[in-house]
Amino acid sequence: MKRSLATLSSSLSLRRSSSARFYSLTASLALVMPLLAALMAGFLYPVARLVALSFSGGTLSHYRRIFAEPLHLDVLFSTIEVAFVVTVASLLLGFPVAYLMARLSKGLAMVVAACVFIPLWTSVLIRSYAWVVLLQRNGVINKLLIDTGATEGPLKLIYTQGAVILAMTHVLMPFMILPIYSALRALPPDYVRAARNLGAGPIRAFVAVTLPLSLPGVFAGSVMCFVLALGFYITPALVGGPGSMLMATLIGQQTTVLLDWPFAAALSTVLLAVTLLFVLLFRRTLSLSKGLNSVY
Amino acid sequence: MDIFASPTIRAYSRAAGIIAAGAGIGCILFFLLLPTLIVLPMSLSETDYIEFPPQGLTLKWYSAYFNDPDWMAATWFSLKIALATTATATVTGTMAALGIVRGSLPFRSTLQALALGPMIVPHIILGVALYLAFAPLRLTGSFFGFLVAHTVLAVPYVIITVTASLQRFDPTLELAALNCGANRLQAFFLVVLPNIVPGVAAAAVFAFLASFDEATVAFFISDIGGKTIGRKMFEDIDFNLTPVIAAVSTVLVATSLLLMGTVHLLNARKPHS
Repeated sequence: MKRSLATLSSSLSLRRSSSARFYSLTASLALVMPLLAALMAGFLYPVARLVALSFSGGTLSHYRRIFAEPLHLDVLFSTIEVAFVVTVASLLLGFPVAYLMARLSKGLAMVVAACVFIPLWTSVLIRSYAWVVLLQRNGVINKLLIDTGATEGPLKLIYTQGAVILAMTHVLMPFMILPIYSALRALPPDYVRAARNLGAGPIRAFVAVTLPLSLPGVFAGSVMCFVLALGFYITPALVGGPGSMLMATLIGQQTTVLLDWPFAAALSTVLLAVTLLFVLLFRRTLSLSKGLNSVY
Repeated sequence: MDIFASPTIRAYSRAAGIIAAGAGIGCILFFLLLPTLIVLPMSLSETDYIEFPPQGLTLKWYSAYFNDPDWMAATWFSLKIALATTATATVTGTMAALGIVRGSLPFRSTLQALALGPMIVPHIILGVALYLAFAPLRLTGSFFGFLVAHTVLAVPYVIITVTASLQRFDPTLELAALNCGANRLQAFFLVVLPNIVPGVAAAAVFAFLASFDEATVAFFISDIGGKTIGRKMFEDIDFNLTPVIAAVSTVLVATSLLLMGTVHLLNARKPHS
């Protein structure tokens, strides 16, 4: 009896130590097969076709066009710049919100969390539409500025780079706040208390203890924001103008207005390469599913 | 000389600091909520153009939405696709999550990265790619074309959510069921599934919303005959900005909040253990 229990427990712990991978290879393959079929039909094959189209004619002529014309390179760099600015703005605005959410009592933290989750659950399309309405020539913000006497006439707010950055920051902020929040929540309050006991002031304790320990969340959120911002289409298409072209809006213009599909495919391939480059660069710090887990 | 040494001044400056920080964070929270809050009052305005603050009070934009055959066709088309996507994405995603978490697959992390790929790859690229792949097969604007595209877009949400529930669920319970004579299917349906069902239900809601709210890919694979509500809204915001869009937006926001409220309740109610 004693021996059989011992073998049972050792066999259990053995299986547990192999992190409970107890479906056979055939069963596991059968389980992932439908997903692989869907990814093949709706993701891998179409993207491969797109990349192949960008090399059509057997030459690099479409790529040469991208890199020969300064306009296209400008769009690429300004996309990276906008993504960077949006990420920094989300971090600066989002960190205090995440910090407050982690520190408040449960009821108040729920109120703050609702302010973060409600926009996240509102479709990007609707939020971009709301920004169009807010920033219009005779929109809410212009009216407010004129009524308070801050400006004489309406300002040009919409269809500018600033409008794109503002609206994109709004859309992406929850992706920054939630990973930072989960990092701060995982931080035992004893650490800060210990630092305070040892004589650190509140600022010193924050800089020496809280901030470094929240960095995994900051990195996860930043990379998420940055990567999502690189490929944003809806928001810049609706609130941006011709002067604030990004890679995604340039691709949209090539396909819908100019109908130059091979060139659009080359632009898409460049954007894809840039996105994957950043994902791979930050894979170690990112732990993508960790960043996403706290959002969904 | 050091005025900050005085206890009263220190207390005052501390209070001022807290008030300033509170006001700052209050502004950020207002910034986060404002775009969602503004669509409801705008949908009630009597004027034919977007006006804020709204003039008068009317429900005519809602009746305009519900009586417009184009909007209704787009809404039903989106609903059909979203429901079908929910089914396919939840089933394939849950199966794959089981295989990835509990299976003995080589290249597990590669597989997981691949499954999350559609979330990372910019949607504009997927839109262009899917158009190129679907147009020759006459799948643009078709139910089946949308089903494939939206399933791929929704599956990452399912995998993330179900993987998290599986990792919380003690695998020895399934082993115990197997030891007691259950076969794999019985063990799954009688032991594993009841324990991860809140996660699977949340995953289904995410899949539904991922499909229903999707607009970038829909922009490319729609056509005149088959258009989703996202595509129709995108067009109207660009060319035909009327308060009908505010009414449609309000209906969509209410639907999302209702569904996500349900998810919240599901997550708050811990599965019996």
